[in-house]
Amino acid sequence: MAPVPHRRFPAAASWPRLAALAVGLLVVGCASDRFPQTTFRPVSDAGEAINRLYGQIFWWAVFVFAVVQSALVVTLIRYRRRPGQGEPKQTHGHTLVEIAWTLAPAVILVVIAVPTVRTIFRLSGTPPAGALQVEVTGHQWWWEFRYAELGVVTANELHVPLGQPVALAITSADVIHSFWAPRLSGKRDAMPGRTTRLVFTADSVGTFLGQCAEFCGDSHANMRLRVMVDSPAVFAAWAARQSAAPPPLDSSDALVLRGEEAFRRIRDPGNHSCVACHTIAGISGGALGPNLSHVGSRTTIAGGTLRSDSAGIARWLHDPPGVKPGSLMPRIELTDDEIAALIAYLHSRK
Amino acid sequence: MSHAAAAHYTSTGLDSRKIAFWAFIGSECLLFGSLIATYLVYEGKSVSGPTTHQILNIPLTSVSTFDLLMSSLMMVLALAAVQRGDRVWARVWLAATATLGAVFLSFQAFEFTHFVREGLGFTTNLFGSSFFTLTGFHGGHVFVGVVWLTTLLVRSLQGKLGPDKALNVEIAGLYWHFVDVVWIVIFTVVYLIQTTPLPQGVR
Amino acid sequence: MATTAIPQSSPAVPAAPTGVWSWITTTDHKRIGVLYGVTAFLFFLLGGLEALVIRIQLGGPEQHVVSAEFYNQLFTMHGTTMVFLAIMPLSAAFFNFVIPLQIGARDVAFPRLNAFSYWVFLLGGLFMNASFVAGPLFGAGHLSVAPNAGWFGYANLTSTQFSPGPNIDFWVLGIQILGVASLAAAFNFITTIINLRAPGMTWMRMPVFTWMSFVTQFLIITAFPVITIGLVFLLFDRVFGTNFYNVRAGGDVLLWQHLFWLFGHPEVYILILPAMGIVSEVLPTFSRKPLFGYAVVVYSGVLIGVVGWGVWAHHMFATGLGPVADSVFSASTMLIAVPTGVKIFNWIATMWGGRLEFRTPMLFAVGFISMFIIGGLSGVMHASPPADLQQTDTYFVVAHFHYVLFGGAVQGIFAGIYYWWPKIFGRALNDRLGKLHFWLMFAGLNLTFFPMHFSGLLGMPRRIYTYAPDLGLNTLNLISTVGALLTGVAMLVFLYNVLASRKQPPAGKNPWGAATLEWAIASPPPAYNFSVLPTVKSRLPLWTEDGVSEIPDVPPGPIHVPPGSARPLIAAVGILTMGIGALMHHHFLPSLLTVLGGAAILVYGIYSWAFEPFEV
Repeated sequence: MAPVPHRRFPAAASWPRLAALAVGLLVVGCASDRFPQTTFRPVSDAGEAINRLYGQIFWWAVFVFAVVQSALVVTLIRYRRRPGQGEPKQTHGHTLVEIAWTLAPAVILVVIAVPTVRTIFRLSGTPPAGALQVEVTGHQWWWEFRYAELGVVTANELHVPLGQPVALAITSADVIHSFWAPRLSGKRDAMPGRTTRLVFTADSVGTFLGQCAEFCGDSHANMRLRVMVDSPAVFAAWAARQSAAPPPLDSSDALVLRGEEAFRRIRDPGNHSCVACHTIAGISGGALGPNLSHVGSRTTIAGGTLRSDSAGIARWLHDPPGVKPGSLMPRIELTDDEIAALIAYLHSRK
Repeated sequence: MSHAAAAHYTSTGLDSRKIAFWAFIGSECLLFGSLIATYLVYEGKSVSGPTTHQILNIPLTSVSTFDLLMSSLMMVLALAAVQRGDRVWARVWLAATATLGAVFLSFQAFEFTHFVREGLGFTTNLFGSSFFTLTGFHGGHVFVGVVWLTTLLVRSLQGKLGPDKALNVEIAGLYWHFVDVVWIVIFTVVYLIQTTPLPQGVR
Repeated sequence: MATTAIPQSSPAVPAAPTGVWSWITTTDHKRIGVLYGVTAFLFFLLGGLEALVIRIQLGGPEQHVVSAEFYNQLFTMHGTTMVFLAIMPLSAAFFNFVIPLQIGARDVAFPRLNAFSYWVFLLGGLFMNASFVAGPLFGAGHLSVAPNAGWFGYANLTSTQFSPGPNIDFWVLGIQILGVASLAAAFNFITTIINLRAPGMTWMRMPVFTWMSFVTQFLIITAFPVITIGLVFLLFDRVFGTNFYNVRAGGDVLLWQHLFWLFGHPEVYILILPAMGIVSEVLPTFSRKPLFGYAVVVYSGVLIGVVGWGVWAHHMFATGLGPVADSVFSASTMLIAVPTGVKIFNWIATMWGGRLEFRTPMLFAVGFISMFIIGGLSGVMHASPPADLQQTDTYFVVAHFHYVLFGGAVQGIFAGIYYWWPKIFGRALNDRLGKLHFWLMFAGLNLTFFPMHFSGLLGMPRRIYTYAPDLGLNTLNLISTVGALLTGVAMLVFLYNVLASRKQPPAGKNPWGAATLEWAIASPPPAYNFSVLPTVKSRLPLWTEDGVSEIPDVPPGPIHVPPGSARPLIAAVGILTMGIGALMHHHFLPSLLTVLGGAAILVYGIYSWAFEPFEV
């Protein structure tokens, strides 16, 4: 048998380099504008509690990793076969050592378990009085948000006030989805026939991205959401506008008028129409798709996958299943003028 | 070790088929356990349609339960007869066991048809789905048992079920007693212990 | 090392028959093991191909390499194939070939049942993969109607309402068929290990691979019935319209999750314990030292099997079980880390003070330990529900289970392949090529899966066919894709090694100088395994003075070798036919006739099997 060359632990996975990589990426992970869905830069109490707990567990894991991998590497190097060696000592075990290395991990686990259970109970209590109640309903493939006390119904963009506890009551209209806005909270499944809950209090103003985190069919990847944390004044103004009727049409704007007319009129040979699936206050009452009464105030459409500018809406209206495979909104033949008119009309629904 | 001895050497002194069959019974416990657990989880949760109080007939099912219990007694007697080489009584008791099993199945067929006429079908509600699946699986096991026993009866009639084949009968007996025990559990859990149904639609 | 050619036949025992028919009717555990191994490896390559396409699609944001629909089929089939058609049957290949040899038996307790398990596995795997080309038969718009709701098939996405095509039917029926194969094999191995150990082979003298496999069989017979029922409920909902997962009728979608994970968690121990057993054989051999703490390693395996039943809801932390349930399952999940971790320490201690030879099996065994540490630690992170709410259903958990299943189970299986190859085929695989395979695969798997810890915690959910370009995930995904391609190259090296191994010199009885019984006989073993049943006097029979009685090269007298039988295959075909009939459930009469016809074939197969003359 040829002598085996001195074997190095593979460079790619050697622990000093891995630790450096980990730290480096963690630092990078802190740049949350580069990573809008990072879990490492929480902007809420719940997110922070989770992140703190994770940090504790992570460093214990790094410690165990360092100790055990080092033991492995040292063993591999120190006891590799050298020429002229005899049979090694045939040890079968050592009770004291075995007890020690059974107890040590058990103790570390208890140390992790205590803050774990504390955080579990902290995150699961009843929402504090004065919490903003929002009903979240997952649909294939968009999010419905209802603020019952405020009379607001919107989609895909969840506005919440800074500093006020928000209590989400989460369910689904069809299959299991999962509400996940990583910077605000851990995820919570949205299940038909059941209501789950999430509570958090945001501590930073801004727009925070999220998406569905439970496989829910063809366009699971396209079921996105945004959480807009507003200052209390901005939030109140937003809620007031959302709960009021949408602004009246500008009767001098022919394009907008044509848009409303198209919205009412359009119907394809398969009997699909805008009014059958969408609600626009004062015009229609369809409940299959998102409420469009204030769609002009939203920054995105199509489950949060497209900007709600002219190009985005045009692309969506032109071919919904092309943008979101499996989309329940069918492809309807529209003329360029119809699309332009509809865009103007939808933009007017602020 | 000589070949003949080697071929039949076992670590436990037990026939391998018996050990395998006990392992099989173990897995069947999990099978029926899952069915029973589902039944219990869904008890009282049906949103519409008939429920236990309205439709289960305990006196009638007590008779079929007794019938199945008696069939286990027949099975014990059948095994004893085969073990002592008693050809006549082996056939009598085997036939009796299979017959009582078939009687149980006809009680079930009657019960199922009656339920369907009363408006409780397989797909009517949670109770219908979980009840018929649970008792149907059990009935399917009884049916397999009846076929097995009939096969043994035919072998006996052919003169091929002597004391040297007693293990075959013993294993069939193990199966039969197990199916009986499962029925006792089902009878108790489904028929005898009926929890108060929650108001409809409430979780 | 003496390489005396051992006669494969003697006047006492004729040579093993050759030809295709002899393989179709084989009841020899060694041949069945080879059949399992080859078939499972082909499925493993298929699953790997599915993974490569997945990785190419995800190599950059918003790509259109495959459609969303096909992507969802790919990840479903990748998971289902790797779990049920690759890792489990690769382990079964070793159960088959190695266990009887390690315990000093001539074959398993029920050789025909053994063959039946293999045929059902093969036909079930073909059945499920036929869905890729069965679209036209069901009037679908495209060629493929492969299962597409994930390997975990959550209700109620799998209902007829949300999955109207035959895709899920293929999945449900396929897994049911495969379950039959696994259960039958489990009854067989439980009986074999309990009842066919050679004289003197007490429980605490049994090799650790056999012990871990024994625990695995108990996990199979307890876990598979639960998924059987869960799948029965789903099948009945889809075919008959029952209400088990029908929310409008009051059904609970979580019922599926509980039933699935009650099976699913023991299933992951089914996947890892045999590989842990293999590592426990390879390390002592190449350390020239016994396993450190044999009893603890055995007991911890048993404990993992038992406690593994109490952790299932840790897959459901995001469903809002409530703080008490969350805490209980968190505690049990952390508890199970202890016996798992202890094994790692025992393995390192086995090598400590030894004389380590880094042949290919040893590299894979050490690789297993190293990667399992990482996978185990990310598992502990998952055990904390609040932390898990940021990890579950993201690429972080994809990283975790690929570290334990690829870095763990697959490396363990390759350790076994290289270790036992000379025993199975008479010649070892080339060690240089083996080392190249190891290093390429080790680099590849780390490059693929380590970045996923980060992409997950940076907000990338699982099971998405594409991702937005502005989430910062592009580079991480590209690295993973490159790693996957590298892993593919490693497989090519292995395949080349297999083809080239015919040129290796004959290995002899014990090329590694190992301690257990299988190394006491010829390579490959004769049909009857042991010329006389040995009497065992030690846990390390070949390393102990007088550890086992002498096993002559030539049998002293005639040895009866059981004949082949076609009946197991007939019964398996009956089961397949019933499955095909159930697929056609939209057309009542043809479906019923096919199911009944399949049942008739099955019953005929069973009866003719029961009554054919067959002496073990």
